[in-house]
Amino acid sequence: MAPSFLFSQFMGGLTTAMFLFLIASGLSLVFGIMRVINFAHGSFYMLGAYLAWQGVQWFHPTGPGFWAASLFAACGVGVLGAVVERLFFRSLYGREELYQLLFTYALVLILGDAAKFLWGTDQLSVSTPPVLAGSVQIFGSTQPLYNLFIMAIGPLIAFLGWLVLNRSGVGRMVRAAQMDREMLDALGANVGTIYTGMFVFSSFLAGLSGALVTPIQSIVPGMDVLIIVQAFIVVVIGGMGSFWGTFWGSVIYGEVLSFGILIFPGFSLFSVFALMAVILIVRPWGLFGRPL
Amino acid sequence: MTSETTTTTTTGVAEATPAAPASQMIGGGSSVIGRIPWTLIVFLVACSVPWIGGRYNTFLAEQIAIDALFAVSLNLLLGTTGLVSFGHVAYFGVGAYVCGILMKTYNVPFILAFPAAGLGAALFALVSGYFCVRLIKLYFAMLTLAFSQIIWAIAYKWNDVTGGDQGLPEIPFPSFDWLNHVPWLGDLKTSDQFYLLTVLLIAISLAIIHRIVRSPFGRVLTTIRDNPERAAFIGVNVKLYQLAAFVVAGTFAGFAGALYGLFSRGVFADYVFWSKSAEVMIMTILGGMDYFWGPPIGAFALVWLNQEITDYTQYWPFFLGAILLVLLFGFPGGILGGVDMLWQRLRRARRA
Repeated sequence: MAPSFLFSQFMGGLTTAMFLFLIASGLSLVFGIMRVINFAHGSFYMLGAYLAWQGVQWFHPTGPGFWAASLFAACGVGVLGAVVERLFFRSLYGREELYQLLFTYALVLILGDAAKFLWGTDQLSVSTPPVLAGSVQIFGSTQPLYNLFIMAIGPLIAFLGWLVLNRSGVGRMVRAAQMDREMLDALGANVGTIYTGMFVFSSFLAGLSGALVTPIQSIVPGMDVLIIVQAFIVVVIGGMGSFWGTFWGSVIYGEVLSFGILIFPGFSLFSVFALMAVILIVRPWGLFGRPL
Repeated sequence: MTSETTTTTTTGVAEATPAAPASQMIGGGSSVIGRIPWTLIVFLVACSVPWIGGRYNTFLAEQIAIDALFAVSLNLLLGTTGLVSFGHVAYFGVGAYVCGILMKTYNVPFILAFPAAGLGAALFALVSGYFCVRLIKLYFAMLTLAFSQIIWAIAYKWNDVTGGDQGLPEIPFPSFDWLNHVPWLGDLKTSDQFYLLTVLLIAISLAIIHRIVRSPFGRVLTTIRDNPERAAFIGVNVKLYQLAAFVVAGTFAGFAGALYGLFSRGVFADYVFWSKSAEVMIMTILGGMDYFWGPPIGAFALVWLNQEITDYTQYWPFFLGAILLVLLFGFPGGILGGVDMLWQRLRRARRA
C-alpha cells in the first residue's frame, strides 16, 4: 500500500477521532462527576446539528453565518441542558442507576420525536464555511481544510479542559465534587451549582460538536442513537471520567475503525464493539481511568 | 397459580421485598379476588382469541404474548436478581437468528430449531455472562450493552449467514399438516395455528420461570439483589448464582426471539439494536418489576397503547418517553405497584 494512502487513512481516522472526542468529552465529564451515563447526550448532539442548520437559514445561508449558527446551537443546547438538569436530573442523583438510565432514555425518545416534529425527516445539510472550503496536499494526499480545522479544535478543547480542571479554582471544586460530594457540601461549597454548571458545559460541548459536524455529514433523524454508542465506546476505552483518557480513547477508536476497514472489511464495526468489551473485561475503569 | 404465604428469605430482609403484598393481592390471600384462578382465565382467553377476536386482535395478542415472555425473562435479572442488563436484546436476537437460519437456510423442523434457539442463546449468555457478572452496576450495564452491539454488528454485517442489512425475510411457518383432521384446530389459518402454539409455549415458559423465581434458587437471587455482601457472608457464591440467573434469562429471551422471528415472518438486524433493550426494560418497569406478573401487564399496556396512539399520530416514541417520565417521577413501582398501593390504602381504610 502506498504511504500516501496509509496517511490519508490515518488522517481520516484522526478526523473521526477528534469529532468523537468533542462529543465524548462532555459525556465523560458528566459520568466522572455525577456517575450518570447520559444516553441523551447523543440527542443533544443531534439538536446541536439541527439548531445549527436553523441558525444558518436565519443568519446567512451561504457565508459567515455558520460560525454564528454554531455558537447559537451550542448555547441553545446548553440552555436545554440547564433546564433538564434543574427540572428533572436533580431529583435522580440519589436514585438507582436504572432510573437514571431510563430517564436519559426517555429524553432520547422525546427529543428525537421533537426534532422530527420541528424539522421533518428529510436529510438536511449545511455547506462548509467559505474560509475552510478548500483543501491542501499533504504527503500526496488531499486533506479538506475543514477536517484539519476539526483536528485542531479537538486537542485545543482537550487542553483547555485540562487547564480548567487542573489549574483553576473552579476545576479544583469540580475535582473535589468528583471525589466526595458530601464532604464538599459540608464544607460550604454549592455542589448543586457545580453539578448544573458541569451538565450545562457538557450539553454545550454536545451542541457544539453537533453544529460542527454539519458541513461533513448530513443531518438525519436517528443520528442521535448511532452516535451515542460510539461515544460510549470512546469513553469506556479511555476510562469513564478521565479527560485525557477520552482523548486517547477517541484516537484509538478512530484509527481502529479506519484501519479495521482495510484489514477486515465489513467487520470494523464488530472490532470496535469487541474492543469495548475487552477493555471492560480486562480493565473496567479504562486505559487511563482509575478504579472506582 | 398456587397460594403463597411468602415469608421471603431467611436473611431477615423481608421488609425490603415488596413481593409479599403483591402475591397476596394477585395470587393467594384470603380475599375473593385472590381465589379466582387468574392465570387460567388469561390463558383460556388468550387461546380463544383466533375464534372470537379476528385477525388483527390475534396479531396484537401474539405480540403481547411474545413481549411478555421477553420482559419476564429480563425481569429475572432486573427485578429478581437486581442486575441492570442493558443488552438483553442480544439473547432475543441470538434466538431469533438461530431459529430463523436453521428453519430457512437448513430446513430444520421447528421442533428442533426452537430448542436450538434457546440453546444458542444460553451458550452466548454463558460466555458473555461469565464476564458481565464480574462487573458491578454501570460497568455491568455497559458490558451487556457492548455484547449486544457485538451481536448487532455481526447480524448487520455477516451477509452470508444473517442476510446483513437485508435480514432474513420469509422464514417458513412450522408445518401444521398433522392438525388437519383435528376438529376446531384443523380449520384455522396457519398463522392462527402458530399463534396457539406460541401461546402454549409461552404459557409453559412462564410457568417454568414462575417455579424458578419461587424456588429456593429464586430466593437466593432475591437475597443477592437486596444485599450481595450479606449473601456472600452466609456462604452463597454470588457470581455463580448471578451467572445462573443470566443464563436462564438469556435462554428464555432466546425462546421469545425464536417465536418473534416466525411471528413477524423474518429476522432483521434492527431487532438487535440497543434501543430494543431499552424498550423491553420500559415494559418491565411499566408493569412493575417487583411483581412476577408486572412485565406481562407492562407488555399488554405498551402494545395496547402503541396501537391506540399510532392511530392518531406517528409520534409514538414521544408518548413512550412521556409515559416513561410519568412512571419514573410518579409511579416508580409501575402499574402493579400503583394498584398494590391503592389496594393497601383501601384495606387500611376499611379496617379503620
